[in-house]
Amino acid sequence: MSGLLEEMTQKALARNIPLSVQVDLTYRCNERCVHCYLDHDDHGEMTTAEIKHLLDEMAEAGVFILTFSGGEIFLRKDFFEILEYARRRLLFCVKLKTNAILIREAEAARIRDIGVESIQISIYSHRPEIHDAITLVPGSLKRSLDAVRFLKAHGLRVVLANVLMAQNAGDYRGVRALAAELGVECSLDPTITPMMDGNRSILSLNVDQDALRQVFRDQSLVGSVDEFCAIAAPADDNTLASLPCSAGHTNCYVSPYGEIFPCVQFPLPTGNVRKQRFIDIWRHSERMNDVRSIRLKDLTTCTSCSHVSGCSRCPGLAYMEGNMRGPSTQDCEKSFARTGVPSANMLAKKRPGINLVQIQVLPAMTSATV
Amino acid sequence: MNKLFVARNPRVAARSLDGEMMIMSARDSTLFTLNKTATILWQSADGTTPLDEIVQNRICTEFEVEREVALQDAEALARELASHEILQISEHPFPPAGGSR
Repeated sequence: MSGLLEEMTQKALARNIPLSVQVDLTYRCNERCVHCYLDHDDHGEMTTAEIKHLLDEMAEAGVFILTFSGGEIFLRKDFFEILEYARRRLLFCVKLKTNAILIREAEAARIRDIGVESIQISIYSHRPEIHDAITLVPGSLKRSLDAVRFLKAHGLRVVLANVLMAQNAGDYRGVRALAAELGVECSLDPTITPMMDGNRSILSLNVDQDALRQVFRDQSLVGSVDEFCAIAAPADDNTLASLPCSAGHTNCYVSPYGEIFPCVQFPLPTGNVRKQRFIDIWRHSERMNDVRSIRLKDLTTCTSCSHVSGCSRCPGLAYMEGNMRGPSTQDCEKSFARTGVPSANMLAKKRPGINLVQIQVLPAMTSATV
Repeated sequence: MNKLFVARNPRVAARSLDGEMMIMSARDSTLFTLNKTATILWQSADGTTPLDEIVQNRICTEFEVEREVALQDAEALARELASHEILQISEHPFPPAGGSR
C-alpha cells in the first residue's frame, strides 16, 4: 500500500468511513471451478436500478475503491451500464475481478474508454489441461489469455490471480513466467475457503503442508526466506490492542442480493440495502459493531499463541469455524508451514480430549426423534 | 491573456474524504490529495466557467489574496494538475461532463 493510501486508510478508519467495498454483481458463472465457494443459482439479484441506488449511497458514504466481482460480472447484460455509472457519474476507483472469457477486443476497448484501475483474472495454470480441469470449461485458459492480451494491448493493468490447490500446486512458477511474458502482474493465494453456506467439503482441495512449505521458502515469492519464515516477536500491548484486519473497519462486501457482510470471506449478515440505507448498516449494525470491537487481545486461544503478532489469521475463516474470536485453523497451518512451530490452537487440538458423557437427553433432540 | 477553461479529467477517480479530496490518476494509478485551493479548483472545473471567474468567485472569496496573484497561482496549479492528467485545460469551453462527490 502506498504511503498516501495508508494515510487515507488511517483517516477513513478514524472517521468510520468504508473506503473500499467489494460488490458481487452476480453469483452466476460461466465456469464451474472445483474450488468455488458460491451457489451459482440466481436467487433474486439486485436490479440495475437497485445497484445504481446502492452506488449512489456508497459514494455518499465515502467509498472510494469499488471492486466489482462475482460470479462472472460479464454475465450481467447491464454490466457496462453499471460500470459507466460507477465511473463517469460517481468517479469510483473501480477494480474488476473476472475470468475474462467474455472479454474480446470490443469489450477491452470499452473498458479502456471507461477507465478502471485494474482487472484481476483467475488463472490456475499455464497448462490448459490443468487450468481447464479446474474451471471445468474446455478452452477456458486460451480464452482468458486472449483477453489478457486484448486488455494489455489497450494499456490496462492486468493481474493474474493464481489460487493454489492440490491440482495445480506445482504450477505457480509457470503462471508467474506466463505473467512475465505477457507483461502483467501476478498474485498467489494458497487458501481454499469454505462455501458461503458453511459447507467445508472443498477444503480437501487445499494444498498440503509440503506444498505450503515450498511456497513459503521460494525466494522469488517471499524475498528473504529467513525473514519471512522467522517467528514474529512476542506481542506487546500495542500489538494486542490492534485490529485483526480491515473487515468492517474500512472494508465491507455486498452480495448480489443486497446483503452486507464485513468481508467477502466473512459471511456474517449485518443488513440488507433493500431494507436499510447502506450507511445505516455500516454505522449502526450491532453485528458490524461487534466485529469492530475485536482486538487481538480479545481472541480466544490466539492471544497466547506465539504467532499472534505475525499470523495471517482471518476472522472470517474463524467465524466459519464457529467463533469469530477463535482461531482460523487454515492460518494456523500456514504459520506452522512458515515457521515449523505449531500454533496454540494446533497444540490444544493435540491434547487428549475430555470424554463427554451425556447425562440428559436434550429437549430438542427428544422432539426431533419422536 | 486568452481565457482558460478547466475541466475534470473524466478518467480519474475522485472522492472527498471528510473534506479532503482524493484523486487517483488515470495514467498510473498514483493517488493525490488536493489542498483547499486545488479542491476548490477541482470542484469548480466544470469545463464551461472560465478560470478567471473561478478565481474571482470562489478563490478570492475564500482567501485574502489579490485577484491577479490568485489568477497566476491558479493557472500554475491548473497546469500542474493537468500535467498529472487530473484536469484538462483549453482556451475553449468543454462539453458538459459528470460531477464529483
